[in-house]
Amino acid sequence: MSIIPAPVSRFFHRMASPPIFYAFVDKLIPWLSLIFIGLTGAGLYLGLFVAPADYQQGDSYRIIYIHVPAAWMSLFIYVLMAICGGIALIWRMKLAEVMMVSSAPIGAGFTFIALVTGSLWGKPMWGTWWVWDARLTSELILLFLYLGAISLYGAIEDRRTASRAVAILVIVGVVNIPIIHYSVQWWNTLHQGPTVAKAGKPSIHISMLIPLLLMATAFKFHYAIAVLQAAKVEILKREQNTQWVKKLIEENA
Amino acid sequence: MSLIKAFVAIIRRDLILAVRRRAEIVNPLFFFILVVTLFPLGIGAQATLLQAMAPGVIWVSALLAAMLSLDSLFRSDFDDGSLEQMLLSPYPVAVLVLGKVVAHWLVTGLPLILIAPLLAVFLGLPDAAMGTLVKTLVLGTPVLSLIGAIGVALTVGLRRGGMILSLLVLPLYIPVLIFASNAVDMAAMGLPVSAQINILMAILCLALVLAPLPAAAALKMSVN
Repeated sequence: MSIIPAPVSRFFHRMASPPIFYAFVDKLIPWLSLIFIGLTGAGLYLGLFVAPADYQQGDSYRIIYIHVPAAWMSLFIYVLMAICGGIALIWRMKLAEVMMVSSAPIGAGFTFIALVTGSLWGKPMWGTWWVWDARLTSELILLFLYLGAISLYGAIEDRRTASRAVAILVIVGVVNIPIIHYSVQWWNTLHQGPTVAKAGKPSIHISMLIPLLLMATAFKFHYAIAVLQAAKVEILKREQNTQWVKKLIEENA
Repeated sequence: MSLIKAFVAIIRRDLILAVRRRAEIVNPLFFFILVVTLFPLGIGAQATLLQAMAPGVIWVSALLAAMLSLDSLFRSDFDDGSLEQMLLSPYPVAVLVLGKVVAHWLVTGLPLILIAPLLAVFLGLPDAAMGTLVKTLVLGTPVLSLIGAIGVALTVGLRRGGMILSLLVLPLYIPVLIFASNAVDMAAMGLPVSAQINILMAILCLALVLAPLPAAAALKMSVN
């Protein structure tokens, strides 16, 4: 007896097959793109035009609609990579490996965006592009963790071995992230404390919170689109000698 | 042969190998001394500046020396095939890895701890901080070896693993660096440091228990 209902587990078993996954993703991406465009449009409109200017920071606070979702994504993707890595190590599932390695450059991208937007905001607000503050530093370290995973994957020739190496590395990294985070926090803190995800009422006004959450959801969809596209490429590279890829190329030619 | 015996045998074997190839003991040590020497040359010999920077300089240099010495942890065993024999043995690989790390630390970490106070005197670190410096090194350098074992196990099969190794390992070293150099800093100012020391102990305990497991998994992957 399994806890998971039969149709759901059947769906996942079918999805583990690269050709079926490939075809499914092909159909899924336009829908995801549609939702993404809708959410981004609404989020940006509400954030840039409707939400009031901050009484202290003026309009420059509006960068949070990019900065904060990107920073959230950077952590979210790393944890997701670790989960995929665990699945890949335990069940040797090819697709989990594909999702994990395809996520790494996207996660690094979000981390980079969070750092750049943060420093753009820091210049008018703190008067400096970069401060050795706890959150900035741990975000920078997160970027290094991503880069380590990417370069390790690039260094090992056999893709399956490389994915297992990356999986081990990412799991080690995920255990370390809280330790790094708190050690850096101990070391120095200038960045403002958490405003949204803290106990009790968020200390951000609702008219600013709604666009922020819209943008955060939009970023999730953007990640989904990007990672599925990257996964498609990765699958094609891995399966380049199989019949179904040959057929696919012949059909599209 | 019991597990303990196998563990001790690994340590014994690696120590004998290290004594036969003394360069492996001496090179990281020279590197450590050299890097510490570079700082006064690069920054200027103002006593107050050096004194303020001493904990960080010594710890960063120790970090780099530990990282540089990591390559010798599995390299020769990988090259001559004894690593495969270890993986084929009936003992849990994680325990054998731990044995190798202990031997490696005795060979490369311990000399650093012995020479560090001397370098600290050169940099003008107050005497009050000397005990703390040694304590942090005793607690911190084994963590460097343990975490490093994971990185080196992942890259041992690669021809140019060195650069990647630094990218994998250095971010994970940061907590040790922060707590250790902070403790020495505080001790130099005469403040209590028990919190930092306790955290370093906790990190060491965690690393002792957890680090050999991924290192063993990575070795199995690298050897295939």
